[in-house]
Amino acid sequence: MSTQTNAIIRRRRRELIIGAVLLVVLAVLPLPIPNVYLRGLMVLTLLYAGLSQGWNILGGYCGQISLGHALYFGIGGYTSAMLFTKYGIPPSVGMFVGGGLAGAAALLVGWPCFRLSGHYYAIATLVVGMMVLLLITNWDFVNAAMGITVPFRHESWINLEFRTAVLPFHYFMLAYAAVAWLLAWIVEGSRWGFYWRAVKDDVAAARSLAVRVFPSKMAAAAISGAITGVGGALYTQYVGFIDPDSGFGLPLSVLIALPAVVGGVGTLWGPFLGAAFLIPVQQLIVAWLGSTGNGIDLVIYGIVIMGLALARPQGLVSLFGIRSLAGGEVLADTSAAAEAVDNA
Amino acid sequence: MPDPILQVRGVSKSFGSVQANVDVTFDVERGEILGLIGPNGAGKSTLFNSIAGAETPDSGEILLDGKCISGRGPVACTQLGIGRTFQVVRSFDSMTVLENVMVGAFARVSRVRQAMTIALDVIDFCGLTSHVDTPAHSLTPPGKRRLEVARALATQPRILLLDEMLTGLTPTEAQAGMQLVRDVRTRGITIIMVEHVMEVLLPLIDRAIVLHLGAKLAEGSPKDMVRNPDVIRAYLGDRYVVA
Repeated sequence: MSTQTNAIIRRRRRELIIGAVLLVVLAVLPLPIPNVYLRGLMVLTLLYAGLSQGWNILGGYCGQISLGHALYFGIGGYTSAMLFTKYGIPPSVGMFVGGGLAGAAALLVGWPCFRLSGHYYAIATLVVGMMVLLLITNWDFVNAAMGITVPFRHESWINLEFRTAVLPFHYFMLAYAAVAWLLAWIVEGSRWGFYWRAVKDDVAAARSLAVRVFPSKMAAAAISGAITGVGGALYTQYVGFIDPDSGFGLPLSVLIALPAVVGGVGTLWGPFLGAAFLIPVQQLIVAWLGSTGNGIDLVIYGIVIMGLALARPQGLVSLFGIRSLAGGEVLADTSAAAEAVDNA
Repeated sequence: MPDPILQVRGVSKSFGSVQANVDVTFDVERGEILGLIGPNGAGKSTLFNSIAGAETPDSGEILLDGKCISGRGPVACTQLGIGRTFQVVRSFDSMTVLENVMVGAFARVSRVRQAMTIALDVIDFCGLTSHVDTPAHSLTPPGKRRLEVARALATQPRILLLDEMLTGLTPTEAQAGMQLVRDVRTRGITIIMVEHVMEVLLPLIDRAIVLHLGAKLAEGSPKDMVRNPDVIRAYLGDRYVVA
């Protein structure tokens, strides 16, 4: 029995070790690569790995597909930018305020929307996101459609401002992605993680086992929104600018969800693998096509994703023999397991 | 002296114009295996859901150890000690057997290791030890039924409600399932079983409640039930009643 006890714990320990090794590799990786473009690519990849990990907690583990996560990204970005430009509060503090507000916003959205199930929840988040985009675009206090330009004052780690260097942001984003991953790792192994997966798989069965469904969803939403909000603040400091479209746009909501979906929904590594594949591909397509035509890059990007969905419906993690929580399709070992049960 | 653990008092429930339960009253004795039988549409599952907290009766009440539990919801009922399985198997298919059962164990403990200990014990009890790390979706139908029982047992119930647990199993599988039910009872757990296939149930239960068209038709030992003209009429029609 004790060997069985160790099976889950061993797996989790192994994941932690892989995570630590990966962290070291990613910390060293940019050092021999002086190319600013490539470094920027890594920064974006890490950002999306973190953002999508945040989405994954609600959409993957808890199964509440959100198409409005740009809302939390925008709230994080705008909060940090506003606090900095209007009140001089450094973004290193502002990003946590932004994350907190984004988490609170996720609770506010969840309060009515979690009463809906399945596709209706996804549609509701989509609508809320579009509503807020309109509000922000017309709200003078936050510069309406103009957006906010973060003024460059001086090189500063506390303000997350650097004249030309990309490397500091590599480490900010790496820390961000690592913390998001670690949070997912922690909650996945906790009672919350079990409850989220139960809620995702079967609500009635979960209730019969004393799972409080609504609070479970709310907890997932708060954590998910907060992670996404911090990412929005980091992005805003990185780019030095945020406007309604780049902060609250619907395409952004999709971009946040995609790495987790492509990588493997409800898995620890899905968002990372997805981001590591999608962001470089997307950027390469843009770079390759240059200015040949608006939107062509997105068309090709879409085709790539469709191809991937056909070839690997379980996500990229299935390449490594990890089963995603998406349900439905299963791995090759299933038939062996089924056989074993039959023989019993 | 009778010592009821559960009392169903005048429970009625309608869905629109359909009366699923009409003024149903009975007691469940501590430690017994009670069969809730009746033809399809007799209102067994509705009554079952009311006891489990998934439905709220329109009138009447359900008392667990003298305390009213009707209308308090499935979460409260589970915490008060009512465990249940579902007629249509509802396993958490993205999880392994162990993880499924741990969800149930979290009803009593919050630490992962404690939940694991409870879950492994229950899994062993239900004979699923060799499938601890098997994904739930790849279990066979009887395996899934066992998993449901294990999951419900992990919530440490005082009463276990089994909804058509033996239906659709081969005779051998049903025998194994009946043994499991008897084993559960030796743990001091009271059992209520819903089944519409009578012959499976009769050798197993201590007492039967027969429902027909939402109302209680008869109550007594399984032997009396199969001789009861009302019961035979409900199941088979007038032609088969031997006067």
